[in-house]
Amino acid sequence: MNWWYKLLEVLPFEWAQEGQMIFMKNALLAIILLTPVFALLGTMIVNNGMAFFSDALGHGAFTGVAIGGILGFVEPIGSAVVFSALFAFFIAVIKNKSNMASDTIIGVFSSSAIALGIFLATLGGKSFSKLNSYLIGDILSITPKEISFLAIVLVIVFVFWLFVFNRLLLVSINPSLAGSRGIRTFWYEVVFSCVVAVIVTVSMSWIGLLVINSFLVLPAAAARNIARNQRQYHFLSVMFSLFSGIAGLILSYSFETATGSTIVLISSIIFFFTYILRKKFA
Amino acid sequence: MIEKKFHENTCRQECCGLCCTKIEDFGVTIGSTVILENVNLHIHCGELTAIIGPNGAGKSTLIKALLGEMPHTGSLRFVQSNDGSLKVPIMGYVPQSINLDTSSPTCVLDLFLACRSNYPTWLIRSKKEVRRVKERLNRVKAGHLISRRLGALSGGEMQRVLLALALDPVPEILLLDEPVSGIDQNGLELFYETVSDLRKAYDLSIILVSHDLDLVRKYADRVVLLNKTVLITGSPEEVLNSDVFYDTFSLKWQKENRYKGGAVL
Repeated sequence: MNWWYKLLEVLPFEWAQEGQMIFMKNALLAIILLTPVFALLGTMIVNNGMAFFSDALGHGAFTGVAIGGILGFVEPIGSAVVFSALFAFFIAVIKNKSNMASDTIIGVFSSSAIALGIFLATLGGKSFSKLNSYLIGDILSITPKEISFLAIVLVIVFVFWLFVFNRLLLVSINPSLAGSRGIRTFWYEVVFSCVVAVIVTVSMSWIGLLVINSFLVLPAAAARNIARNQRQYHFLSVMFSLFSGIAGLILSYSFETATGSTIVLISSIIFFFTYILRKKFA
Repeated sequence: MIEKKFHENTCRQECCGLCCTKIEDFGVTIGSTVILENVNLHIHCGELTAIIGPNGAGKSTLIKALLGEMPHTGSLRFVQSNDGSLKVPIMGYVPQSINLDTSSPTCVLDLFLACRSNYPTWLIRSKKEVRRVKERLNRVKAGHLISRRLGALSGGEMQRVLLALALDPVPEILLLDEPVSGIDQNGLELFYETVSDLRKAYDLSIILVSHDLDLVRKYADRVVLLNKTVLITGSPEEVLNSDVFYDTFSLKWQKENRYKGGAVL
């Protein structure tokens, strides 16, 4: 990690100087890794109208953490990944097999998951407050070891993304058209849901369950306002996401606020800005 | 049993010796509702087969089942012209433009590359593929639309683009949902003319779900009247003058007068 700390010394910030505020430097690297991947997956979530769905995945991840706690894992992230991937799988299957409106199904699952999570976490009179960190998130607590883990997950997701993107795009435009090209639309949707679930889960403790969905949805929604093709859409989404991530971290240092929320606020400002400009680009 | 039905229902002439498509004993059931049953069709290449039927007859369901999007019973087989061997056919599909997500920031080129290429369209666009897409679009006089956003296409332009897409690669069966909105009568006529030319140029089996009986009479080679199952198939004249056709569409008045007035539809 020393190369990274050295590199940052060129920045004109107090925390960037040699030997200062290692946690800020770690957080910055984590954000530069995280935000582009969230932005890329977000483009498809917005395409498919899955914003509410990805929100529910966060709830599933929380339940996974609570179950991990019950089973006595020190690091409940493993059980959370398994649980939320299963959770995503079941919602996707039931959404597909049932005629019920998908927001109703998601609502049912999401409330049940969060209720189960709180039930398990407080079972036997335990205090809930130790789980607060999952709700708000704290990127400043990330360690170099966790960054390496995150980097590996993100590289896997990115490679997966390169392979399946075209097919997912076709499914989102018209499932029958995708079907005529031999794409098994259902399975692509299921796999995509599981991947989103995994990435939401591993990032939850740093970004915070309450705002993590905005990391997925806001940059893509802002980019969609003004993009005319997929290249612009992805490029803008990644740019917005990186910009709000870095600016949010630096501002949260000055204002002493929670980093996740500061980043989301900046993304929302970008969203409203592009919303006003959207007619010019239509 | 299946063989027998199939011959009764469809095979007026013996298999043409060229390629043909056999839809055998197709059925779709959703929950406890039977949407389609015992659908047997024999479609020759170079023929435009129009599927007509009242609302809720299962026309769109048949298309979806043929595309493999919906679980179904029975089989779809394609007999090749050279050696008569069976295989799963290459399908081309033209959806109704109204069912496309037009708010998506996707341009025509993106749509083609998403179908054709394995590289993600937002990252890599090979020059060769772009040239190829341009050439395909030029065939339907849509070359200038290549970088247009899907939502910015008119109904007629969208239909041409979708047709070009369905013909790349050239399919063995072309499935079309007739455009029902966002396209005027002239556009519709042009669409039928284009489809009609295609069948000759490429020797395709074309299955068209249709709502416009006038155009069916003019352009279709064969008509299938569908209502849960195949009620009757034959030439447009045979089907559109049959009793079962009038009964299905509840055209009692026309039924009584059909021999007096000539064109009734």
